[in-house]
Amino acid sequence: MKRFYGTDLPNPLMLGTAQYPSPAILEQAFRASGAAVATVSLRREGAGGAGDTFWKLIEDLGVLVLPNTAGCHTVKEAVTTAHMAREVFGTRWIKLELIGHTDSLQPDVFQLVEAARILTGDGFQVFPYTTEDLIVAERLLTAGCEVLMPWGAPIGSGRGLNNPYALRAMRAEFPDVPLVVDAGIGLPSHAAQAMELGFDAVLLNTAVARAGDPVLMARAMMDAVEAGRLAYGADPIDARDMAEASTPVIGKAFLA
Amino acid sequence: MKIVINGESCEVVAGTLADLLEERALAGRVATAVNETFVPAAQRPACKLQEGDRVEILAPMQGG
Repeated sequence: MKRFYGTDLPNPLMLGTAQYPSPAILEQAFRASGAAVATVSLRREGAGGAGDTFWKLIEDLGVLVLPNTAGCHTVKEAVTTAHMAREVFGTRWIKLELIGHTDSLQPDVFQLVEAARILTGDGFQVFPYTTEDLIVAERLLTAGCEVLMPWGAPIGSGRGLNNPYALRAMRAEFPDVPLVVDAGIGLPSHAAQAMELGFDAVLLNTAVARAGDPVLMARAMMDAVEAGRLAYGADPIDARDMAEASTPVIGKAFLA
Repeated sequence: MKIVINGESCEVVAGTLADLLEERALAGRVATAVNETFVPAAQRPACKLQEGDRVEILAPMQGG
């Protein structure tokens, strides 16, 4: 498995921490699945120290933490959020989200490249949430990104991989870059498909957190990404239009 | 002195950002910004607050 900014991941599942029915179920989903990376965010601190309680839960899980810049619409906002996240979470990793469209939550790739360049210069290790566009991908790498995270489908849509052709092209174009499908996964089969395409990890949240049984779904997702990874390594056969008998014909008894 | 904390107008006594966190009993793991500019923890004691300042105090939260 490829290294993410010099860090080995024990498995290819990155899980979000939002939208679970309760903190206890969030914790169980991580423990049952073994997901090793947790995405987190920063929000206004209210009374009662909810932030500390949540942070304690994440710390106890012993997972790698990937803070995000969710909801940011400008370079300045994203860069400032990243700096605040680095101080709070004590990591140089940042999942850089720069939202360009309110309905689709499509990344604003122009601002994304600019913010990635600034943050790389500031010493961050940027995980850019991007589209499948290869030119944008190239620009992100030039800006200093060593990981790319194209969307499978819009965040929270659960539609799976909208454009497997483009994701396959990205894999072929950047064979040595760690690639993560981020967002849009709804089912384990979607996650397996991403891994079968040769992706290095899958990042998902809603599909697990909003499932009727998030703990069970987290396990299913882990099994799916592991199966997909093994399948990619096993060099799958090509699909064909016509049947081809698998049982040998030679030696067949004459009984007609 | 009247300032805005996390979008809400507040009357405060504190003269610096560090004092403000103490006054509001926000001793936990937070990050701060004043007037949309990040203020690292080490600079909070030297960060003097002025009338009308917009202070953001952010804490760890669930995210995707």
